[in-house]
Amino acid sequence: MTSRREFIRISFIGAGALASGSGVLKAARTLSTSGGKESLKIDLRRTPTYCEVCFWKCAGWVYKTSEGKIWKIIGNDEDQHCNGRFCPRGTGGIGMYYDEDRLRTPLIRTEERGKQIFREASWDEALDHIAGKIRDITAKFGPESMALFTHGSGSSYYTTMFKALGSGNIAEPSYAQCRGPRDEAFFATFGEEAYSPEITDIRDTKCLVLIGSHIGENMHNGQIQEMSDAIDKGATIITVDPRFSTAAGKSKFWLPIKPATDIALLLAWMHEIIYNEHYDKKYVDKYCYGFDQLKAHVKDFTPEWAYGITTIKPDLIRKTAKEMADASPAMIVHPGRHVTWYGDDTQRIRAIAILNALLGSWGRRGGFYRPAKFDLPSTSLPPFKEPSKSWQDLFPGKFPVASSPVTNALIDASIPENKPEYPIKGWFVNGTNLIFTVPDQANTIKAIQNLDLLVVVDTMPMEITGWADVILPECTYLERYDALRVSPHRKPAIALRIPAAEPSYNTKSGYSIARELSVKLGLGSWFPFEKQEDLLDWQLKKVGSSLEEMKQTGVKNFDRDADDLYFADDEAVEFPTDSGKIELYSKYFEQSGFDPLPKYTPHEEPKEGFYRLIYGRAPMHTFSRTSNNPNLTDLMHENSVWINPKVAKEWGINSGQMIWLKNQDGIVSDFPVKVRVTERIRWDSVYMVHGFGHTRKQMKRCFGKGVSDTQMITHILVDPIMGGTGMRGNFVTFITEKSETEVAS
Amino acid sequence: MRYAMAVDTRKCVGCSDCVVACQTENDVPHGFCRDWVVEVMDGTYPQLEVEIRSERCNHCVNAPCVRCCPTGASHIVEGGIVLVTKKECIGCGACVASCPYDARYPHPGGYVDKCTFCEHRIKNGMAPACVAVCPTKCLYFGDFDDPNSSVSVVLKKRKHKTLIPEAGTIPQLYFLI
Repeated sequence: MTSRREFIRISFIGAGALASGSGVLKAARTLSTSGGKESLKIDLRRTPTYCEVCFWKCAGWVYKTSEGKIWKIIGNDEDQHCNGRFCPRGTGGIGMYYDEDRLRTPLIRTEERGKQIFREASWDEALDHIAGKIRDITAKFGPESMALFTHGSGSSYYTTMFKALGSGNIAEPSYAQCRGPRDEAFFATFGEEAYSPEITDIRDTKCLVLIGSHIGENMHNGQIQEMSDAIDKGATIITVDPRFSTAAGKSKFWLPIKPATDIALLLAWMHEIIYNEHYDKKYVDKYCYGFDQLKAHVKDFTPEWAYGITTIKPDLIRKTAKEMADASPAMIVHPGRHVTWYGDDTQRIRAIAILNALLGSWGRRGGFYRPAKFDLPSTSLPPFKEPSKSWQDLFPGKFPVASSPVTNALIDASIPENKPEYPIKGWFVNGTNLIFTVPDQANTIKAIQNLDLLVVVDTMPMEITGWADVILPECTYLERYDALRVSPHRKPAIALRIPAAEPSYNTKSGYSIARELSVKLGLGSWFPFEKQEDLLDWQLKKVGSSLEEMKQTGVKNFDRDADDLYFADDEAVEFPTDSGKIELYSKYFEQSGFDPLPKYTPHEEPKEGFYRLIYGRAPMHTFSRTSNNPNLTDLMHENSVWINPKVAKEWGINSGQMIWLKNQDGIVSDFPVKVRVTERIRWDSVYMVHGFGHTRKQMKRCFGKGVSDTQMITHILVDPIMGGTGMRGNFVTFITEKSETEVAS
Repeated sequence: MRYAMAVDTRKCVGCSDCVVACQTENDVPHGFCRDWVVEVMDGTYPQLEVEIRSERCNHCVNAPCVRCCPTGASHIVEGGIVLVTKKECIGCGACVASCPYDARYPHPGGYVDKCTFCEHRIKNGMAPACVAVCPTKCLYFGDFDDPNSSVSVVLKKRKHKTLIPEAGTIPQLYFLI
């Protein structure tokens, strides 16, 4: 593959009335919790930050009371990610700071893993202990036997530490458990990814197609805002989902598809658009490669063919295809975000990418825009040691298209019986609760039991910390500096985070932790600035600003170098693919041994009495990390299992009843979950919000509240192309009364 | 002058940002709220409709909570905002019972609390916290008597309704449908 960073414009500027969510809260109003406070005197002291409650990283202001207490967080008006409006999680972000269950001091395990017995340690002792273990592993097995699992703003510091150490085994669950298939499908088609924030030009679109994406329940701030603008402007929304999602409720067309059949629908849409000549002929001729092969490929995939598979009526398939074509090129088939569903996910997203290409939406107003990114100067560091072995060397030939290390491959390589080419012996885990993130918990725990070292950095006593040898408590984002945010957007921009308060308890920032540990490992020269604020000031001064100036503005937007947000008419665009064109037919996939054009493959269906487990997000929570946040538990403190009324009637189950779930492999949920009988879910599926059912008692508000979907996901449909863990091939049945033996199990 | 709010049910996604923004802005104790989200679902799969509404005190012109208050703590100020004077409130709960919208709650501090349309903010030219934060911009606020205010403009343009109009309270919270 050629370079994958061309699309982006790098800027070098020198300078039945069912109460939901809070309705639950309303019912709980009579429960008194805490005493009243005098109204706060307002002092307009504010400090800039960008949010860390999710990956959208909205920039905002932290306001404090005249007593210096953190009061509220409000969006920064200048920020393109949020336009001055934070989402509920960002608004409730103060709860991360105030959560009394936070990790407070470094902890070292004193008994075997799983017993969760720790002793308090000083930072010096904890870091010395870790450095000693890393040195042992490095000496015995080589530096590549250390693996980093990471998420969030701290990732860059630990990445530097790992690269300096000589290990490239740096994996983010956001790849193989989330957006990986999307990245690879878009790389293969356009030579570019869909970026974060996504480069979907929703504000100017005339037609937004959502394939299982539940915008509005996933609270990706800018997208929600733009979808709302699009509704105002009368855009058509088409939602494909077996569940009547919030977005479906806003849609002109809802296609209640049979789960796991999306590719058939996408192929039928292509058939309709091609054989009725509704595609953007000029665009396809000029920019695309492999149209004839695609045309031949989809010849037999008629709406009638798809009807038998998807249960979507041919008329509706035709009507929606026409609707998209009429809006073209101002239309978007959304690439989705969490797309690891059925193991053929890269091919599903390829079909989405091809459909966008046929309708000419890539690089066009109302389709996908060209992002621009601010280029920050970096300090000159010693060259990194080239790792002698890569993650691909663990299991040669596996996941050849993966452009990032695959978490599950690193986990599997930690289990000797899987016979990896070399062993993974130590994990450094930052800001990701692997037990709730990676499916097949038993496998993850088995891998952990084979490690020589497990270090976990977090702000909360998440499940993964219970398995750690050393727990390092990080301060929250409201108590630290972090790297400047330079995420791509319509305009290049930088955003600053500075501490609004000193680190609470005995906690440290990610930068300090990575730097101090690196110094102990003899890698200090990769961290030339002792204080991160000095590094930030140095970087900002290089581009004509300063830390002082940025403290006043929080965000700085720059003009684009050129007026090239969209392709100009007749612009000769060179796409960073092998053919230099948008590849409808992927030569790259063909060369890698995969289908060059997406195919529909039938997936396993639920057995009698079992229902497909579908999971998703609630707007007031992020993954499993906010489940204990006092502000957000006020909005939602447990999940529920959505069951169709027909199914509920068969089982004699009612709304509000607590039941246990049992999956196809006999796994029974740790806790019971509240039933929500609703027409909003198909009869062959159940639905729940991800991230609940926590098993650590240290998190008092969320312990035992609801069921963890991850616990129920033990059958993994691995995507052979890039290693993504498809999680929607799991089926559950209900246990209405739990017997003694089941409780014991 | 008469303050009013319009909620666009076609845009509201029920995220509850209005709730948490109000809680932090007004220091509402955990477990309580001054505004909330209601979801009304109708139909049978797959013929379904849903209405999502952000609700709060309706700041009624004919407010039963004010009429029934024995101490005068519940009162109406300029612009039609219904307020409670904490010091005068004895926490008897008559207003809580009289409100057809269930918009009031007994504050653990011994008085009854409710939405103030963020009077402290609008006095300073700012929108109520819920309006300012809403990611979908589904909340419109302003002077109902001013034909050019955003709330008047949107109410002229769009079909709307109020809740429980038969109670005769003349509510000032409108829902765009």
